[in-house]
Amino acid sequence: MSVALPPADIARALTRIAHEILERNGGSSNLVLLGIPTRGAHLAHRIATIIEGIENTSVPVGTLDITLHRDDLRLRPPRTLMPTKIPTTGIEGKDVVLIDDVFFSGRTIRAALDALGEVGRPRTVQLAVLIDRGHRELPIRADFVGKNLPTSLDQSVKVHLTEIDGLDEVLIGKAEEL
Amino acid sequence: MSKKYFITGGTLDDGSKKDIFISDGKISGYENPSNSGAEVINAEGKIVLPGLVDLHTHLREPGKEDSETVLSASRAGAKGGFTALSAMPNTSPVADTAGVVEQVLRLGVEAGFCDVFPIGAVTKNLDGADLSEIGAMADSAAAVRIFSDDGHCVSNPAVMRRALEYVKKFDGVIAQHAQDPDLTVNAQMNEGIVSSVLGLKGWPAVAEEAIIARDVLLTEHVQSRLHICHVTTAGGVEIIRWAKARGINVTAEVTPHHLLLTDDLAASYDPIYKVNPPLRTEKDVHALREALAEGVIDIVATDHAPHPAETKECEWQEAAFGMLGLETALSIITLTMVETKLLDWKGVAQRFSRTPARIGRYSNQGGDLRVGEMANLTVINPGASWRVDRDLVASRSRNTPFHGMELPGVISETFFRGVPTLRNSELIVQSNLGNNS
Amino acid sequence: MKHLLSINDLSESEAIAILDTAVELARVSDAPMKKLPTLRGRTIVNLFAEDSTRTRISFEAAAKRLSADVINFSSKGSSVSKGESLKDTAQTLQAMGADAVIIRHQASGAPHRLASSQWMSGTVINAGDGTHEHPSQALLDAYTLRKHLMYGAKNLKGIHVAIVGDILHSRVARSNVMLLSKLGAEVSVVAPPTLLPVGIESWPAKISYDFDDLIPQVDAIMMLRVQSERMNELFFPNAREYSRYFGLNSDRVKKMKKESIIMHPGPMNRGLEITADVADSARSVIVEQVSNGVSVRMAILYTLLTGEGIESGALV
Repeated sequence: MSVALPPADIARALTRIAHEILERNGGSSNLVLLGIPTRGAHLAHRIATIIEGIENTSVPVGTLDITLHRDDLRLRPPRTLMPTKIPTTGIEGKDVVLIDDVFFSGRTIRAALDALGEVGRPRTVQLAVLIDRGHRELPIRADFVGKNLPTSLDQSVKVHLTEIDGLDEVLIGKAEEL
Repeated sequence: MSKKYFITGGTLDDGSKKDIFISDGKISGYENPSNSGAEVINAEGKIVLPGLVDLHTHLREPGKEDSETVLSASRAGAKGGFTALSAMPNTSPVADTAGVVEQVLRLGVEAGFCDVFPIGAVTKNLDGADLSEIGAMADSAAAVRIFSDDGHCVSNPAVMRRALEYVKKFDGVIAQHAQDPDLTVNAQMNEGIVSSVLGLKGWPAVAEEAIIARDVLLTEHVQSRLHICHVTTAGGVEIIRWAKARGINVTAEVTPHHLLLTDDLAASYDPIYKVNPPLRTEKDVHALREALAEGVIDIVATDHAPHPAETKECEWQEAAFGMLGLETALSIITLTMVETKLLDWKGVAQRFSRTPARIGRYSNQGGDLRVGEMANLTVINPGASWRVDRDLVASRSRNTPFHGMELPGVISETFFRGVPTLRNSELIVQSNLGNNS
Repeated sequence: MKHLLSINDLSESEAIAILDTAVELARVSDAPMKKLPTLRGRTIVNLFAEDSTRTRISFEAAAKRLSADVINFSSKGSSVSKGESLKDTAQTLQAMGADAVIIRHQASGAPHRLASSQWMSGTVINAGDGTHEHPSQALLDAYTLRKHLMYGAKNLKGIHVAIVGDILHSRVARSNVMLLSKLGAEVSVVAPPTLLPVGIESWPAKISYDFDDLIPQVDAIMMLRVQSERMNELFFPNAREYSRYFGLNSDRVKKMKKESIIMHPGPMNRGLEITADVADSARSVIVEQVSNGVSVRMAILYTLLTGEGIESGALV
């Protein structure tokens, strides 16, 4: 098990993602950030804070729980549902940025797109992830990537965030070690 | 000349070590005469008991041959060490006439594995209202002495009184199934903590005890003889103790299952544990064991109650009451009474052979293993154990609650009228058995 | 957890997880599109050997909102009530490929029999068995209590609930006494002594024969349906006398605590255990119990029917 990203790198990556989001969308006026629980939700709030620091205006942030839309529910122990909180502005006609911690098979994002479809019809949907570890199983790509981390399938990547885990770090190692 | 047998090395129930020579259906001596040609049976380390006598067996024939026949029950009896069974009258037709009891007697003789003594119904068709032909049954070839409506209580006190009086004529006894019907309408299991949680209708102990109390008083009043079937409650034991102290001529039985199993087994909702009277509490089980040890409860009786699979593979409240008992009885007694040191083997022989034979007035049963007696005996190895397998029972039904249990006491031989019905724990069919009566 | 047969099958944390899941599902249910793909392709059978329109519809709505295929195998007139054995019915359901069976049955323990026999392999959910249990009702009642009285707390610590009426024959009472006490509530059962089972002293509840004495102390009153045929079985002399001592009327409601609520699992006997004006009063959450029932049953289905591939050894 080794540290793939120390705290400072995580902070830098998030700042860069915030800038890229603003650049791509020509500012923050039509943005809605939706984090995928649990850690994606915290990342969304951090990116929103960074954007606010740059733009001096607040960005609508929410969370989108995708559990009920997963296609592998038979194979996972039942988990308690996390809250879905859509900002009062809604997502209709907005540029929605989905935010997650680790991008892997792409199935979470597929489920997120389904979940989003039930909330409304955004103008665009974009994807920001802290780590892209490869091994996609679906034709889905990320628009904003904090760090590409080449891995093998028997490895596991774990993101720790201060809000939950007490410190910021990204760990990589054999699955059983993490 | 019939075959001769020599059982050597065994310990009799009184603790003495004696070899037993069997010829002409009798115990002919304690030594093997030279050149006797006897088959030698090594009973080293085993106990030799007088053949077990069951005072409470449901053989189901006539009428319910899908669950048991006189023959299949007799075979189960031989496997369980029995040389006498008592056929409860709740057959179809009910054994309430001389014709039916003689038919059952004849079926028992034809089966040839043990004596089958019919019990007559107290009331016609078990209706609880009109006395059956008690005298005719007593005078019949079956010479019935025990009368019972088992499965039903003789609940009308006037009917019970008359029945008790009537059987005095020929030294008969009324075997009462003590269950107040009004207190047990649709009852499913012992009423108490477990039933309150399971939502199964309760069967209060008082429904049994109130009838026992009433009937010992009636028995005293008319100076007759009463036997209480399958006592299950600590309270019932106390009433019987009181009655005996008062000199009332009452005897009582307990089943092996009520000496071991408790009502919490119903939590599985598996009707294999559904039985009438119901399984009671740990406290009752202890009281019953103590009472049997003391002699307040006189005997063990199986209440062997075979049922076809479909009557148990269903919801609890739809299921039939009853469990198999013959093949496991002596092992359960070994487990609950001998290994706990509550009874020695002499006590077992008293409670499971001699006293039941005395209550039923059965001749040639419940002997003392003396020279000259009919050779009805059973040999058990108390040090060995076996695993109950419902697929291997001799009974036609499989409803044993002991399936899968490892039980002490392996019965190796049963002799009925000098002939082995069980040898090396295997049933033996002998073509001439049927002619022995 | 594979089956829900009794509240005993649930730990405190599992019960809370179901309630939390129900909260989220209630939110989803409020959204314009009410259907979720969660149980797509799964077959759920409603096996109702005893009539209960409201429970059956509630489970059916819950299953359909999760996109399960629902088969109703129910009520009077079907083979279930014509003496077909439970075993035969179970084997039929197995042959039909039922992933779960929601069973309502007049025999206590019938769901246990389905779950523990080898007759079928699916999940069994008890929707009320005889006079035994009704766990989904207790969960929805706990959900309703938590929502109204607990201000965001996860459990029910600190509240006092009175369950009033035919405790002896009530599966709702059995499940609620166990669940509410498991979640930390103080529970009192109130009934004439004839309608309390022998053995109730072992339950985690206080026993009272005096409704009036208890009313000012409790945060919620849960009234139970009293079947009028109980009069014929001598449990109480007549309806009037029952109502006088154990019915909830406006005079009694006036003595209730300020924030306390009135519940009833339905169907009500208006005029017997509860007067019409009380049933329809502001304190009554009876209608809301019904709508909470759908969310809670969705949560039960979600909890029991996800993850089963792990137990059956399917490859991830």
